[in-house]
Amino acid sequence: MNRNEGSAPVATTHTPSTASAPAMTSRPRGAGTGTTFTRWLGIVTLASMAAVALFGLVLSPEDVVQGESVRILYVHVGTVWVAYLAFVVTAVSSAAYLWRRTHSLTWDRIAGASAEIGVLFMAVTLLTGSLWGRLSWGTFWVWDARVTTTAFLFITYVGYLAVRGLGGSHEQRARRSAVVALLAVIEIPLVHFSVKLWRSVHQDASVAGRTTDVTLDGLMLFTLLLATVAFTLLYVWYVLHRQRVMTMEDALDDKGLDLALAERRREAATNGVSNGAPSATGEVTN
Amino acid sequence: MAGGATSVWATARLVAAKDLRVERRSRVVVNQVLPFAALVMVLFAFALDADAVLERTAPGLVWLGTIFSLLIVVQRSFAIETADGALDALRVAGVSPPGIFLGKSFALAVQLFVLEVLLVLLAIVLYESELDAAGAVLLVTTLVPATTGLAFVGTLYGGLAAGTRGRETLLPLLLFPVVAPVLIGATRATEAALGAGGAATDEGWPWVGMLVIFAALFGVGGTLAFGPLVEE
Repeated sequence: MNRNEGSAPVATTHTPSTASAPAMTSRPRGAGTGTTFTRWLGIVTLASMAAVALFGLVLSPEDVVQGESVRILYVHVGTVWVAYLAFVVTAVSSAAYLWRRTHSLTWDRIAGASAEIGVLFMAVTLLTGSLWGRLSWGTFWVWDARVTTTAFLFITYVGYLAVRGLGGSHEQRARRSAVVALLAVIEIPLVHFSVKLWRSVHQDASVAGRTTDVTLDGLMLFTLLLATVAFTLLYVWYVLHRQRVMTMEDALDDKGLDLALAERRREAATNGVSNGAPSATGEVTN
Repeated sequence: MAGGATSVWATARLVAAKDLRVERRSRVVVNQVLPFAALVMVLFAFALDADAVLERTAPGLVWLGTIFSLLIVVQRSFAIETADGALDALRVAGVSPPGIFLGKSFALAVQLFVLEVLLVLLAIVLYESELDAAGAVLLVTTLVPATTGLAFVGTLYGGLAAGTRGRETLLPLLLFPVVAPVLIGATRATEAALGAGGAATDEGWPWVGMLVIFAALFGVGGTLAFGPLVEE
C-alpha cells in the first residue's frame, strides 16, 4: 500500500516504464502514461521552467527593499497558486464523484493526484515562505492568518492522503476521501476566519487587489507571471501522469487478484490429482 | 425506510439514549476520561510552574484538556459501535444515518459538557481563575456551541475512522486541524469570561458567534456526509 507515499512517485511519473512495466506483463508498446499531448506539454513545461530560472535568477533586477531575497518569491507565489488550484480541483472532482449519477473512479483519481501534487507544492510554499520570512521579517514563522491557514491546509491534505491510504475497495477509498475533501472546504474558511480574528500581520497582496499604480518593476512582474504559468503547466503535466499511474495501480489491484486466483486454481488443479480436493484451495483464496 | 423528519429525530433520541445508557452502566468516561482530564490539568501546572502564567493561560489549558479528552471520548463512542459489528447491524437494520449521527453527537455533547464543567472548576481551584456573574453567563453560553461543534466534528471523523486499520493514529491527524477554530474561539471567549490577562467580558461575545457558526456548519455538513461515510 505505498501508492500514497507522497512526493516520490510524483517525481518519477514521466518515466512510467520503471514504475509499472514489470506488473503489466502483456503491455503493448506505448501504453505508458505518456501521450503525444503530454510529451509536448512536458517539453513546453521544462522550457518554461528554464525560462523562469533565467528570468528569476539572472535577468530580473534585485528589489530596492528586499534585495536578492525577492527572487524566492517567484517560486513562492508560483507554488502557492498551484497548491490552491490543486485543492480546488480536488474539491471539484470529489463533488463530481459524489454527485454524478455514474460514480466514475476517474474523478476520484484526479482528486487524489491533484491533492498529492498540492501537498508537494504547499510544502515548497511553506519552505520558501519561511526562508523569505527569515530574510525579510527576521523570523522563520509568524502567527499571521494567511500563513497559519496555509499550514492548516497543508496538514488537512496530509490527512486527506492518509484517508486515501486506509485501504478497502476503490469505491470505499473514493467515497471516504471525497467526503473528507468536501469537509475541508468547510474547514479551511473557518480556520482562516478564526485565525484572522485572532491576529493578522501579513503583507497585503501586491498585484491582485491593486487597481491603479502597480509598484512592481515591469520585468519583475513579467517574471512573476511567467513563474505562475510555468508552475501551472508543471501541475497539469504531473496530474495527467499521476492520474494515469493511479489508473494502472487500480487496474493492477483488480488484475492482481484475478491473477492470484487463477494461479491458485491452477495449483489446485495440478495438486488436486494427488490429494483429491480440486476446488477447496480456490474457495479459500476467495 | 425511515425517511421522514420525525423518524430521524426518533432515531437520534434512541441512539443517544443507548449511548448514555452504555455509559451509565460501564462508567468508562466517569472512571477513566474525567480522571485523565484532571491529570492533564495537573500536568499543565507542572509544565508551566509559575502561578501568574497559569492564571493567564487557564482558558487555553481548559480547552486543550477538552480537545485531548475529546479524542478519547470519540474513540470510546465508536469502539462500542464497531465491537460486535454494531454499526453494521444498525445499517443493515435500515436505521437512518442522519439519525445515528445526531444521536451519537448528542450523547457525545452531554459527556463533553460534564467534562468541560469539571475542567473549568479545576481551573478555578488549581489555577486561581476568577468567575463573576457576567462572566458565568458568557461562559455557559460559550460552552453550549463549543461543545456542540466539538461533538459534531468528533462524531463525523470518528465515524469515518471507525472500522479502518490504524484509526487510533489517524483520528487526531484528521480531528485536530478541524477543531482548531473551536480552540481559538472558545479560548478567547473563556479568557473574557474569566478575565484572564485583563480581558473584558464584552470581548467574548463575537467569539461565541463564531462558535455558533462552526457548530451549525458542521451540524449540517455532518448530517449530510455521515450516510456516505458509513455506508458500504
